[in-house]
Amino acid sequence: MSKAQIMNGNELVSEAAIAAGCRFYAGYPITPSSEIPEHLSKRMPEVGGVFMQFEDEIASCMAAVGASYAGYKSMTASSGPGISLKQEAIGLACMMELPLVVVNVMRGGPSTGLPTRVSQADVMQARWGTHGDHMIIAVAPETLLETYTETIRAFNMAEKYRTPVYILTDAVLAHLNGRVELPDPSTLEIIDRTQPSVPPEEYNPYDVERFGEVPPLPNKEKFHDYRFHMTGLNKDKTGFPTVNKEAVEADEERMIRKITGNIKDIESFEYYKMDDAQLAIFAYGTNAAAARVAVDEAREAGIKAGMFRPITVWPFPEKQVAEIGKNFDKMIVTEINLGQMLYEVERATKGSIEISTVLQAAGVPIRPQQILDKMKEVL
Amino acid sequence: MATDYSKYLRMEKLPLYWCPGCGNGTILKAMITAIDELGWQNDDIMMVSGIGCSSRATGYVDFHTIHTLHGRAVPVATAIKMCHPDMHVIVFSGDGDSTAIGGNHFIHACRRNIDLTVIIVDNWIYGMTGGQYSPLTPTGTKASTMPRGNIDPNFDIAELAKGAGATFVARSSVADPMILKNYIKKGLSHKGMSVIDALSNCHIQWGRRNKYGDPVKLVDLIKEKTVTKAKAAKMSEEELKGKYVTGILYENTAKKEYTQAYKELVEKAQNE
Ligand SMILES: Cc1ncc(C[n+]2csc(CCOP(=O)(O)OP(=O)(O)O)c2C)c(N)n1
Ligand code: SF4
Ligand SMILES: [Mg+2]
Repeated sequence: MSKAQIMNGNELVSEAAIAAGCRFYAGYPITPSSEIPEHLSKRMPEVGGVFMQFEDEIASCMAAVGASYAGYKSMTASSGPGISLKQEAIGLACMMELPLVVVNVMRGGPSTGLPTRVSQADVMQARWGTHGDHMIIAVAPETLLETYTETIRAFNMAEKYRTPVYILTDAVLAHLNGRVELPDPSTLEIIDRTQPSVPPEEYNPYDVERFGEVPPLPNKEKFHDYRFHMTGLNKDKTGFPTVNKEAVEADEERMIRKITGNIKDIESFEYYKMDDAQLAIFAYGTNAAAARVAVDEAREAGIKAGMFRPITVWPFPEKQVAEIGKNFDKMIVTEINLGQMLYEVERATKGSIEISTVLQAAGVPIRPQQILDKMKEVL
Repeated sequence: MATDYSKYLRMEKLPLYWCPGCGNGTILKAMITAIDELGWQNDDIMMVSGIGCSSRATGYVDFHTIHTLHGRAVPVATAIKMCHPDMHVIVFSGDGDSTAIGGNHFIHACRRNIDLTVIIVDNWIYGMTGGQYSPLTPTGTKASTMPRGNIDPNFDIAELAKGAGATFVARSSVADPMILKNYIKKGLSHKGMSVIDALSNCHIQWGRRNKYGDPVKLVDLIKEKTVTKAKAAKMSEEELKGKYVTGILYENTAKKEYTQAYKELVEKAQNE
């Protein structure tokens, strides 16, 4: 049975995490993400999980990585400066191939920026924030309900692919209180890391030849019996350091391929009124809500507009955007920053479409009217 | 009975990556002997390290091991202890790892009094990266980034740990491996945050710059610079300058351990 509740985005992320099986949260308070630790400090002990407020974001993210190694589904959340501090630990999770969910409630920046105001200026940081070649998964929900369902999906993907996954929300979504009909927990698909079926002495955490591209990883029940080593150095199949050219190359490529090679499973997007559209809008996250209204209003005014909305923003939906580039003459990219996903859209469409923008980084949401005005201008 | 080290080592990972005569080996051996005497099983032991020469130790022991990031072993160890309170969680860390980049995590773990045993390989230098000075490089001695002699004052790890709230604090050195082993053993058995400051010889990166390139000579120097707690009690402040007081320097069994406090919190939450 589903029940309707009044909740905000931060509370929804927290409850979804628990529903997804997250039993370890570590964080450090920062606006506009603080309701997540506040909520989980109450809830985690109730479900027998661990909640800890650490001395900083570095410790928090490292603790979440440590808990994941120890078999727990773990999460950390922050905003702006705090997300910057977590970057080295996120890279460690990439290299160790440990599931991890990182919530970034985006606020204005750089630096302390606009602590209480909306932003989408961290999308490129999510992709490239930590150093080194790597692939990342990031989801950007538009609505309160989607914040819940995408959090569940974030945990599922983290577990399935042994990788960090970002949930990118923002100050608006975080603090928006609304009536949400939560799905019945029994209807949720919950994915856990696959478990080793071999005896402990035969288990290696990166044995792809034997176990496939995403090898099993002991959960909290199995952790005690399976001894293995992990390091942040480039590693061989046993988890020990290597500088062997072939081994490193193969491992680096596999770590990217385990995500890009499963794109059909990971990708998620929406075509809104795109079937008969003459003008395409590219929008994501809460900004897509403004674009949606703009599309509806445009249609009332006789403009056949449609919206393409990636929900999985990383990996970037290259194919879909390239397709739009081929089928449309004009496209408007809108985001609450000074142009970040714009680069990806340009890259994917390879000059095949005329791109206009509605960008804004002043800490206030983009209004539908701004997008509508731009539509009228370009047509 | 002599310790069968092969029970605890990943023999296929030998020989050690460390320079011949490095104090890391002596300290690791003391730790393994202590574990052997306690009769602990490999499956029950979690060893966490950061980055540095000393931190490479996790690769050699056949426990649950994780080689993390520079300075960040303690939060990882804290999380693992919270997830598996029944496991014995050991941190093996360098002086730079634990008191420079990881200093903040270190003092907060002491404050919480979580049941970790932190063994600090205190070799007065950043060994791995080529002899740059650490917060423990003795004032006046040379380092690759203090070619004219270090002007920085040092931490006293024991005082730092005690002041921050750790409940077992001891110091010994590679010059007294048996005593070091005994302190590690006590630290491992202690329920709460245990810190063992293990003075060690990096004759390569600290030694060569300070006329102690020979490991035996450097271990002798360490011996010369250490005084037992009992002796120190009779010495003046002037006489104690530049000396390292050894012994079990602090022990407190009254302060609540953190996983216990958390367990009680969970019980409270579930009975509301
Ligand atoms: C974030 C970060 N900064 C710097 C380094 C480089 N680094 C690696 S080990 C090390 C110092 C190690 O010294 P210590 O902790 O005393 O260990 P030792 O090698 O002496 O055992 C440094 C500065 C790093 N790996 N990561
Ligand atoms: S550089 Fe110093 S600390 Fe590192 S292995 Fe050599 S002697 Fe030991
Ligand atoms: Mg050192």
